[in-house]
Amino acid sequence: MARVGVFVCHCGFNIAGTVDVEKVAETLGKDKDVVFSTTYKYMCSGPGQTLVQEAIKEHRLDKVIIAACSPGMHEATFRSAAEDVGLNPYDVEIANIREQCSWVHDDMEKGTEKAIKIARSMVRKVVGNQPLEPVKVGVTPKVLVIGGGIAGIQAALDVADAGYEVILVEKETSIGGHMAQLSETFPTLDCSQCILTPKMVAVSRNPKIKLMTYSEVIDISGYVGNFKVKIKEKPRYVDPEKCNLCTDCEDVCPVVVPNEFDMGLSIRKAIYLPFPQAVPSTYTLDMEKCLGLDPIRCGKCIEVCDVEAIDYDVHPKIIEEEVGAIIVATGYDLYPKNMLGEYGYGEDEDIINGLEFERMLSASGPTKGEVRRPSDGKVPKRVVFIQCAGSRDPDNHLPYCSKICCMYTAKHAMLYKHHVEDGEAYIFYIDIRAAGKGYEEFIHRAMEEERIVYLRGKPSKVFRKGEKLVVWGVDTLLGEKIEIEADLVVLAMAMVPGKGTGEIIDVLNCAADENEFLKEVHPKLRPVESSTPGFFLAGAAQAPKDIPDTVAQASAAASKALSVIGQEYLEHEPAVAQVDEDLCSGCEVCISVCPYGAISPVGGHAEVNAVMCEGCGSCAAACPSGAMTLKNGTQEQIFDMIRSILQEG
Amino acid sequence: MIRIAIAPLGSCSGCDVAIADIGEDFADIAKIAEIVYWPTGADLKLEDLEAIDYIDITLSHGSIRTSEQEEILKLLRKKSKVMVAFGSCACFGGIPGLVNLSPEREDVMRTAYESISTDKGEWPSEKSKIDGKILTLPKLYNLGHSHDSLVEMDYYVPGCPPVESQIRDLLGVAVAYSKGGELPPKGTVIAGARALCDECDREKPEKIVIDRFYRPHEKEADPNLCFLAQGIICMGPATRSGCGTRCINANMPCRGCFGPPPGIRDQGSKMLSAITSLLAADREAELGEEGLRELLERISDPTGTFYRFTLPSAIINRRLNDGR
Repeated sequence: MARVGVFVCHCGFNIAGTVDVEKVAETLGKDKDVVFSTTYKYMCSGPGQTLVQEAIKEHRLDKVIIAACSPGMHEATFRSAAEDVGLNPYDVEIANIREQCSWVHDDMEKGTEKAIKIARSMVRKVVGNQPLEPVKVGVTPKVLVIGGGIAGIQAALDVADAGYEVILVEKETSIGGHMAQLSETFPTLDCSQCILTPKMVAVSRNPKIKLMTYSEVIDISGYVGNFKVKIKEKPRYVDPEKCNLCTDCEDVCPVVVPNEFDMGLSIRKAIYLPFPQAVPSTYTLDMEKCLGLDPIRCGKCIEVCDVEAIDYDVHPKIIEEEVGAIIVATGYDLYPKNMLGEYGYGEDEDIINGLEFERMLSASGPTKGEVRRPSDGKVPKRVVFIQCAGSRDPDNHLPYCSKICCMYTAKHAMLYKHHVEDGEAYIFYIDIRAAGKGYEEFIHRAMEEERIVYLRGKPSKVFRKGEKLVVWGVDTLLGEKIEIEADLVVLAMAMVPGKGTGEIIDVLNCAADENEFLKEVHPKLRPVESSTPGFFLAGAAQAPKDIPDTVAQASAAASKALSVIGQEYLEHEPAVAQVDEDLCSGCEVCISVCPYGAISPVGGHAEVNAVMCEGCGSCAAACPSGAMTLKNGTQEQIFDMIRSILQEG
Repeated sequence: MIRIAIAPLGSCSGCDVAIADIGEDFADIAKIAEIVYWPTGADLKLEDLEAIDYIDITLSHGSIRTSEQEEILKLLRKKSKVMVAFGSCACFGGIPGLVNLSPEREDVMRTAYESISTDKGEWPSEKSKIDGKILTLPKLYNLGHSHDSLVEMDYYVPGCPPVESQIRDLLGVAVAYSKGGELPPKGTVIAGARALCDECDREKPEKIVIDRFYRPHEKEADPNLCFLAQGIICMGPATRSGCGTRCINANMPCRGCFGPPPGIRDQGSKMLSAITSLLAADREAELGEEGLRELLERISDPTGTFYRFTLPSAIINRRLNDGR
């Protein structure tokens, strides 16, 4: 016979206001397995926990039911309290009579009746519970960071600084990401590259960081603490060890293609260095664009390369690594201009996006920092900036706010005015969202000191009329139609998950939200964790965010990853699925329904990896032969619980 | 010599044929036993059974739906030392057990005796006077029954009909009995010890996902690939092994005649939960309740599919009161 103790919590009036807790305790006290029952005002308080511990000792309880709030709140509290006095923590169960009862009812009599049923069913469950020990598993003390923008760079540096090894994988030829493309940053207007490049160099010099650029993660297996990853390293055809950056190859290369780093506003060669401060600092041969290295087709670069750094005969390499945690920092892209019919489908050269404008403002950019119209190279005298281009428009485009556009548009207009002193800048906005340190002041400066004209309203149409672009809109504050003839239109395009983010969601099989950003476990309390244990999120891959937020989240992700890999071994919840091999016929239904890939066929029957199993029970419900059961959630226990709920009185 | 009875109740006689089908080995029975009652093999009536003072082993087969069948079953139990539920009807209620879904007895009578093609719309009654003599007919029950819901059974031989290997195993039990040897524990099911997939060598994909159901005639099934992976409902995962995958070898899905695997009471609900778990497993959110319902509605006869042989022994097993 079990010796169960039932402890009913008042939770102030939270429970006692709707449930007659004394009656619950009294009724449960009559149960055949219950030897002690009582109530207390706040069971989770210090005295409450002591009450439970004393009762366990005094009444020699071997099972405990706490009838209180959700197990999500205090299961751990009471399990550890019971463990302190010698009970197995899995012999303690919570009967949730708050969230599932008192909070959702107002009838005392029926609420009490339901609370009794809930508590009684948990008594049946706990009587069937087996004592369990946590599953222990070793940890690979290494972190994989996917994405080499500011988020990935910061996370990698933080992990390395803590003394652990990091693999930083970036799909482009250099780390730096979008931040390397920016000219100045709000709200301080300091040079983006000036603050980023020291971090890039730090990454390249840190012996703990293995930097893999021009590489992609193509496969992942394993579980938290012990992931196996496959990384594909694309060939550069240029040996970074030999290349001395003399530029001879670039000079002779006859192939001209748009330069992605300059958003296509300049050109590069087929053999190129993406930008002067690139890390790693080496050339890459774009084999898709190259004419060919044999002398008949071209081969000019090979001829001029004195150090013989160019080698055509290299192939993609697949590198396998083992890591304990993974930080995903795959960044964002801009919503494509061709989605915006109202603003010319991206077909007019003089309607540009924010990143194009950034490159234009950059000293190393296509115009060497001068603001010029792409169509004719003239300095634009009137520029219209349009905020929320694609954002906050659930009917036509994207429902969410891209968060950074208010700020960078103010910055753009300000920098334009600094470059073109007699220029006029107009900003169309819906609302100004400037909730960051120094942000409101920055907007205020743009409006008051820089004489930028803010117009509240969203333009309905932008079209060309001769040399000019006509912007039609309505000033919703004055209720007047507005028509502005502009030389250049800059669209603050919405942020969307980067292409790499979509790809990595498929490879990692991790959760994404309705807008395809990576999804966190809890938006408030667990904002940097993915629902897959061991995956952590950083930067704009999770949601639109600015540089300070990105860096903060990257450091948070790094510290979360460190808390995984810093342990000698991980403890895993032991209430997982188990197979009765004698009953399993190997039908593989469980394998097909397992959301965690925790079950595999071994020798004609299913086998559960206890570390990967999250104990969701899908397999046990689906198993047609009764071979799969959930520890401490067996069919017998569930039937006992149902019978006790159906029982009268 | 021991005394054996082979007793058909509401039977199609397929079980009799299966016993006869073991061929010359049938003669082995004669070495140890005397068949004292087998109405299919010899013309024996209720009076003949009543006259037998005891039986060692009885193989009862067929469904129970009339008072006469119940009476004979109870009489057999009384006279027999060992009762074997032979075949799916005896074990679980069988295909005739699907009657539990049907309308009331009166409706059956109406259909049978008052349809346009019937001359005289006169219902037979349980007692009627013909030529001055009283004719009694058994009462027709509303529901079908498995044998063990009415009397205690010792062993079970599932199958519609059981296969040769099971009959040989049963013969082994009879031999042991005749020699006073050790017998299997009461309640033993003479069949496999796992679900049918254990015996099936069809290939399975990495993940089985059902996007659409097909009835067997709607699609030419790949003979090497798991039926479920092809959208064809195969009861194999929720059916006891031991048949040697005879239907599957003929490229037809398992219909579940061996009943639930060990430890499972309700074969249909187990299979149903497996099937619904697999249904569009990767697209549940996208399809929503409506989309999933549409997919499920393609199962044209869910009860007949999942409870084809086991409805009377299921947890929810009938539509109305027995009227017994």
